[in-house]
Amino acid sequence: MPHAKLPRKSTNIDMTAMCDVAFLLLTFFMLATKFKPDEPVVVKTPASISEIPLPDVDIMLLTVDTRGRIFFSIDNKLMRNDLINVIDYDKDLKLTKEEKASFAIDASEGIPFSQLKSYLALPPDQQKAMEVNAPGIPADTSVLAPNNDLAEWIKAARNTNPKLRICIKADGDASYPSVSKIIKTLEGYKIFKFNLITNLKAIPSGTAAYQDANQVKKPS
Amino acid sequence: MAEMDTSSGGGHKKGPGVKKGKKLSTRIDLTPMVDLGFLLITFFMYTTTLAKPKTMEINMPYKDPNMKQEDQNKIKESVALTILLSKNHRVYYYEGMATDPNKPPDLKVTNFSQKDGIRDEIIKKKKEVDAMKASGALGPKDETTVLIKPDTTSTYSDLVNMLDEMSINDIKVYAIIDITDIDQNFIKETEAANAPVHQ
Repeated sequence: MPHAKLPRKSTNIDMTAMCDVAFLLLTFFMLATKFKPDEPVVVKTPASISEIPLPDVDIMLLTVDTRGRIFFSIDNKLMRNDLINVIDYDKDLKLTKEEKASFAIDASEGIPFSQLKSYLALPPDQQKAMEVNAPGIPADTSVLAPNNDLAEWIKAARNTNPKLRICIKADGDASYPSVSKIIKTLEGYKIFKFNLITNLKAIPSGTAAYQDANQVKKPS
Repeated sequence: MAEMDTSSGGGHKKGPGVKKGKKLSTRIDLTPMVDLGFLLITFFMYTTTLAKPKTMEINMPYKDPNMKQEDQNKIKESVALTILLSKNHRVYYYEGMATDPNKPPDLKVTNFSQKDGIRDEIIKKKKEVDAMKASGALGPKDETTVLIKPDTTSTYSDLVNMLDEMSINDIKVYAIIDITDIDQNFIKETEAANAPVHQ
């Protein structure tokens, strides 16, 4: 019996186009990505309307957690290498080569100088465990106070890289005195300009800043 | 289509005696490659930090230990608004700088809320100063000045909120100053006076 033959369609779909899209997106993400830096503590920064983005290089980051512990970090690995040499010389810590190398790859420091050598001698996973309960870098309101380790860190870091921009990333619930110690120490070095890291929030309507922001956009 | 057409169609015909070599398809199954692509995309999407943190630039007033006392207090009483940050995100404020011990300032309490918060007070103060400038009571160079004095019980978020209010309300002159014992006493007195009301 003759009956109409339906043409059979192949179930194969051409994947080339989809493959193109997938790799295009992949390329975008690979280029746009910047890995989350290893953070010693979780910090919830307060919000502000400031829209200045954080610069990528030459940053000294001072993290303050809810308990007021201070952690110190700088971004460049080479700079970290120079820094530990300076610190080693200044504080006479007698660090070995391996301990210095350990410092160069470590993300941040929250240990007083007295414990620094024993901390750097530990393998990386144990360093992390120690950092969780670290006392933080001791600071004081006066630069000249003998226990103001933070002042030493800042001085050494600024000697290795004078272009360093100082950023304070503090938790919203950190008490004011702990942040004030950092500010006072910076003032002691005649650093009056620094950055506070914040989240972005919307400008409340009807305020001076709101009018300002909208006026700039209108003339175009 | 991306693959080549390998079936002989319009090409020249070969002679009847020529055997056709069996042609293999040049099509490759791209599905695993797409899978791999999307897997990597997912990985990068999760590890990336697209939202860059924002910063707030802050300029502290220049401080010199050798500076003379009389050089420091050059702000006029009438342009100044002193704000004290205290515990539980409470904000105390008063007009002027309370330099005259015989005239204690009228300390009021508020908070950071959107309505009837400290912002309204700052706007009010700014309008007052503008009016005084217009009437000639103040020179053209006088600006509303806000003195921020964080108490030891205040938190960092209070400070950032306050600095943010400065930029929100376009206050150009402000300073973060250590709280004095006098101001601490003002807070204590106000707290004591208000205590029965709060409980």
